[in-house]
Amino acid sequence: MKKEVVVSMRNISKEYPGVLANDRVNFDLAEGEIHGLLGENGAGKSTLMKILYGMEQPTEGDIYIRGIKTAIDTPKSALEQGIGMVHQHFMLIKNFSVAINVTLGMTDRLGYRLDERRAIHLLQEFYSEMTYFKVDPKGIIEELPVGIQQRVEILKILFRGAKILILDEPTAVLTPNETQELFDILKRFTKDGYSIIFISHKLDEIMELTDRVTVMRDGRVIGEVNTKETSKEELARMMVGREVIFRLPKTKQQQGAPVLSVDKLTVDTDWGRAVNKLSFSVHKGEILGIAGVDGNGQKELVEAIVGLRAKTSGVVMLQEQDITNTHPHQFNRECSYIPEDRQEEGLIMEYSIADNLILKNHNQEPFSKHYLLDKEIILNHANQLIEDYRIKTPNAQVMVKALSGGNQQKVVVSREMSKDPDLLIAVNPTRGIDVGSIEEIQVKLLKHRDEGKAILLVSTELEEILSLSDRIAVLYEGEFMGIVSPDTPVESIGLMMAGTRHRGEGEQDDQ
Amino acid sequence: MINKFIVENFLKPIAFIVLAMFIGGVLIFLTGKDPVLAIGSLLTGALGGKTQIAETLVKTVPLLICGLAVAMAYRSSFFNIGAEGQFLVGALASTWFAVSVQWPSIFMIPATFLVGAIAGGLLCGVVGLLKIKTGASEVINTLMFNYIAFRLVGYAVNGPLKEGYLPQTASIANTALLPIIWPGTRLHIGIVLAVILAIVLQFILFRTVFGYQIRAVGLSARAATYGGINASKRILQTTLLSGALAGLAGSIELMGVTGRLYEVFSPGYGFDAIAISLLARNNPAGVIVSALLFGILRGGAGQMQRVADVSMVIIYVIQALIIVFVVLSMDGKKGQKSIGNKIKGLWGKKWTPLKGGAVDE
Repeated sequence: MKKEVVVSMRNISKEYPGVLANDRVNFDLAEGEIHGLLGENGAGKSTLMKILYGMEQPTEGDIYIRGIKTAIDTPKSALEQGIGMVHQHFMLIKNFSVAINVTLGMTDRLGYRLDERRAIHLLQEFYSEMTYFKVDPKGIIEELPVGIQQRVEILKILFRGAKILILDEPTAVLTPNETQELFDILKRFTKDGYSIIFISHKLDEIMELTDRVTVMRDGRVIGEVNTKETSKEELARMMVGREVIFRLPKTKQQQGAPVLSVDKLTVDTDWGRAVNKLSFSVHKGEILGIAGVDGNGQKELVEAIVGLRAKTSGVVMLQEQDITNTHPHQFNRECSYIPEDRQEEGLIMEYSIADNLILKNHNQEPFSKHYLLDKEIILNHANQLIEDYRIKTPNAQVMVKALSGGNQQKVVVSREMSKDPDLLIAVNPTRGIDVGSIEEIQVKLLKHRDEGKAILLVSTELEEILSLSDRIAVLYEGEFMGIVSPDTPVESIGLMMAGTRHRGEGEQDDQ
Repeated sequence: MINKFIVENFLKPIAFIVLAMFIGGVLIFLTGKDPVLAIGSLLTGALGGKTQIAETLVKTVPLLICGLAVAMAYRSSFFNIGAEGQFLVGALASTWFAVSVQWPSIFMIPATFLVGAIAGGLLCGVVGLLKIKTGASEVINTLMFNYIAFRLVGYAVNGPLKEGYLPQTASIANTALLPIIWPGTRLHIGIVLAVILAIVLQFILFRTVFGYQIRAVGLSARAATYGGINASKRILQTTLLSGALAGLAGSIELMGVTGRLYEVFSPGYGFDAIAISLLARNNPAGVIVSALLFGILRGGAGQMQRVADVSMVIIYVIQALIIVFVVLSMDGKKGQKSIGNKIKGLWGKKWTPLKGGAVDE
């Protein structure tokens, strides 16, 4: 028996300046199903759902609601079509009651705002139809636990008649118990004819809750599978693997002395422990790849090494020097760091290419003398790098925000590699850029290693890790599941990414 | 590059002011008054003769230096709306100093400047410190500190520094008075200092390591920190500089124009400075032009009210319109087009003949 398709998104593309967030995406939602939308941060899940909810307009493509082509240009028109979205960050007025929040912005037939008394009455009327999903209408939002606040968000869209619910990473803020309660309610909803899109990058939740999964990566749909017929490992591979395989020529390297040594590094964040007693070292002439699904502590680990985040405990040694808890400029002296987020961290978007290229060493000769910048040398330096790294731009004085994503990344890479660092830390150095630039950057990384320098490569692209690394460490919930050679079968690396500890022999651990 | 520099810093501010005055003229017309007479008398009142030009320039001095104060702070993403208060405490500290001691001019003038600058710098620096240590909003704090400054001046001129029957201080030492540079008018050397300051700050901002760093911090504190710049330190330094500039403006107004402190010492120079800085897109060189334009509005407003019977309030309407135009013409940080450019885009669409029948919407 085939169920009716309630939402069908066809060939959706969305382009932001410098980024192709969605690339000819197809997505179908059947009536009464829970459809998981799986992908890493930045894979394009949220963009796709914002398009469905009318918050963004697609550059290309059509949306069909129950078979009828529909233009959704505002959240209001989405709601009129019965589509409601619950955002990751709640949009509630904290010191108002549940009833007021649920009915906010609604009017009665005469166009008057609803007062508290009437709002409560309407909500109770609504509860008589929906017996299993209630929140005290008089409760004040800020006095309610987070899980209940989330229910108010869901109530808001149900009350407005939504039959199709989009939940954007709803469990991110919930405790395990609250998560379980939410799942029970969602399953109950489907029996009443609601259809649910569940956005997540957590494999366990997808496996437990959903009927079907669509996996996205780099703005494209990688595949759509029935949850019963797939496994966590397969989903992990779909989520992080790359289809276009580059096998770059790689020579065996003699491993040298350690450049970076990390000992029992622990990092705590507001959300809990992100990195748990990690120990490893990176040697001269090697690329140590850190694989793992996004959000398993990669960002915190790197920021702690570089000095952008305080460490809870542990020691970070650079060559012979202890750089634990020092300002980033300590790290910057001899080392380089290609950050994950080029637009927020790696670049100053409103600076010219030339000015961005001296971000790390603008206060050193030859770029400045006696506190004065030498414009001519800075421009020559920029022109040289633009040529060497084939950055496509009319000239060096163009603001980087005007460049494409790939060229922006080349600006970062050229700056970080041109100073010939002893240690280079690169986080997702090829994410979200075009295929040509990817290969150019990967070749540069290998060349740097061949010159006897150390590289710590953190990437969620498993294929990239496999083709570049000399050793691979797999990170899961802040711990290494093992450090293995790149010849290890992809299946066992996939298992490690899903949280299974490596037990094989020949493990090249440092301890 | 030169062309773009001139367009951004000189032509755009002038165009915005002309456009705003035109709309102001329409409003004057709608109230039943003669717009041509009003604008005409505004201009003759500001530029119609030796005295008028000198008076306009005298009003430009505090506007210019306070404008520089706001612009420099804004460059490090510190929104200083307390220039008014810093201006007042600068004047107050200088008054206290210059009624207490009397040195030869060559020491007296720089020392009085210094006292005013330190006072203004400290007032703003405290807010800077609060921002980097606790994350407290500088907008709220600089605004609140204005009231501290108002009351402080009120207390001083009614209390410890009061002289005679009126709520005002004694005249400051003769040796602290600034020399007049245009005989027969009140135009003092402050205008020269202000222009030199603007040029020096323009140079610091775009040609020095310090300038590079504060602009980097202002545009993206995260990227600047990643680049090894100590963002908190730079913000604190800029707030000290900004407050010092506004304080210095207060000293110069005291030493060049009034010669004594009284309760309504500033007609809101520190507030106008925010609009001036915005109009100049926070470029020190551009502040010269936009301060002069605001000086003209202030200089001619009285004449307009007397001759054309148009309320001076229309000047504030014009200032507000200028701000609207500036905001409309600003581009977003990640390459979004400005509203102005979008409107331009719409115009383009209208005028382009339909190509191959491919039209959407």
